[in-house]
Amino acid sequence: MDFSVVADNFKFLILQGLIGIGPFIGGTLRLAIPAIILGFLLGIAVGLARLAQAAWIRVPATMYVEFFRGVPLVMVIFWIWFIIPQLLRLPIPEYGVALTAFVIFEAAYFGEIVRAGVQSVARGQVEAATALGMTATKTMAYVVLPQALKNMVPSLVTQMIVLFKDTSLASIIGYVDLTKAAQIVNNREIRPFELYLFIAVVYFLCTYSMSLLARRLERRTA
Amino acid sequence: MAETAIRFSGVNKWFGKLHVLREINLAIGAGEVVVVCGPSGSGKSTLIRTVNGLERVQGGDVVVLGESIARRGVNLPALRTRVGMVFQSFNLFPHMTALENIMLAPMKVKRVARPEAEKLARALLERVGLREKAANYPANLSGGQQQRVAIARALAMQPRIMLFDEPTSALDPEMINEVLDVMTSLAREGMTMMCVTHEMGFARRVAHRVVFMDEGQVVEEGTPDEFFRAPKSDRGKQFLSKILTH
Ligand SMILES: Nc1ncnc2c1ncn2[C@@H]1O[C@H](COP(=O)(O)OP(=O)(O)O)[C@@H](O)[C@H]1O
Ligand SMILES: [Mg+2]
Repeated sequence: MDFSVVADNFKFLILQGLIGIGPFIGGTLRLAIPAIILGFLLGIAVGLARLAQAAWIRVPATMYVEFFRGVPLVMVIFWIWFIIPQLLRLPIPEYGVALTAFVIFEAAYFGEIVRAGVQSVARGQVEAATALGMTATKTMAYVVLPQALKNMVPSLVTQMIVLFKDTSLASIIGYVDLTKAAQIVNNREIRPFELYLFIAVVYFLCTYSMSLLARRLERRTA
Repeated sequence: MAETAIRFSGVNKWFGKLHVLREINLAIGAGEVVVVCGPSGSGKSTLIRTVNGLERVQGGDVVVLGESIARRGVNLPALRTRVGMVFQSFNLFPHMTALENIMLAPMKVKRVARPEAEKLARALLERVGLREKAANYPANLSGGQQQRVAIARALAMQPRIMLFDEPTSALDPEMINEVLDVMTSLAREGMTMMCVTHEMGFARRVAHRVVFMDEGQVVEEGTPDEFFRAPKSDRGKQFLSKILTH
């Protein structure tokens, strides 16, 4: 074992692979962070739509969730990579493809978490806010969502960790994330054990700090 | 005759096949305190919840402060700011302190500025005897204290009518009086109140009128004295004998 290969390529692996600064389009964090934020925001919309009274909102939202939970993420990435540019007759860069795929796909999962979280809030809460003259939107914003979010923290964090690790799938369309960066170095140096062990540690450190952050958040809001 | 605050006329309501309100006719005057009682499942909660539109009626109408709640396009949120409601299970917002619970609706619905809302909320806490509990979360308040905060929260919108749906039923016996005392002083100040309660002492001392319901109907109504001394209906007699022996 010779970890000098990691030391020699440390800048490329971390700057290019993890963060996304370098000659290639890439970066695990540059993909994961916006994907988590946008996917969650779209997920709130999807989750609330799933609970809508009006069927024309609820039914499409339900189909959306069922559909994207039923297909593999890789397929969604391929569709957007191959099919959308043909339909639109316009090329989409790797970053756009990967981000779109993750946001669309993950919103289905986040949507289910949001729906369960909203449903976990006691019925009387909505009634109390309504009786005070608050509209449905204000009731949702000030009474239901804050309580729902608190209940959602554990499942949200789990889903964010899953998403973070799944960004490694973006390497199949040539997006230079951490996984792809290790692969590039390995093609040249043939040191798979050291390289893949190193990026495993990097992935783990990232996800583990997400867990720790979540635990602190849970304790603070308990 | 004082002006009418709430008028139920021919109110009917079904839950599926269950006919829960049958042709209710009842008028409550401004400043009047009416106690509604009756066996469990007789439709008391459903009736009181039609007043602020938490339940929609399917026949007839309820006119509240001159507004018909069955009218198409009625502005229910606006009407609800003038009708406060207190629930059996308090329903305080658990993620907010007592003070914030009271400040929320004035700020978000009436757009009262924060300092003003806070001043009002503190005055209301004082009034329900909980000045020193402003910073407590509901989880750190007793049931009686929570219910008093809930009353203060409803009063913060400066309603003309207060609805109480079994406000003391979820409380330990030793906390019932602190809530009834607040309700009593509210009644003495001239608030229009519709109270679903089985607290007969409160009804005798405070109510102007008692309405007895059974199976979705108003079976009888009268002064507390009339009803408790000599109920006219057999169902009323039966009901009273049950709650008095227990
Ligand atoms: N949301 C609902 N859906 C179906 N049935 C209901 C609902 N709410 C109340 N009921 C039924 O309507 C009847 C009257 O209920 P309620 O008004 O709560 O009575 P009370 O308050 O006098 O105990 C009961 O039989 C109850 O089971
Ligand atoms: Mg009831």
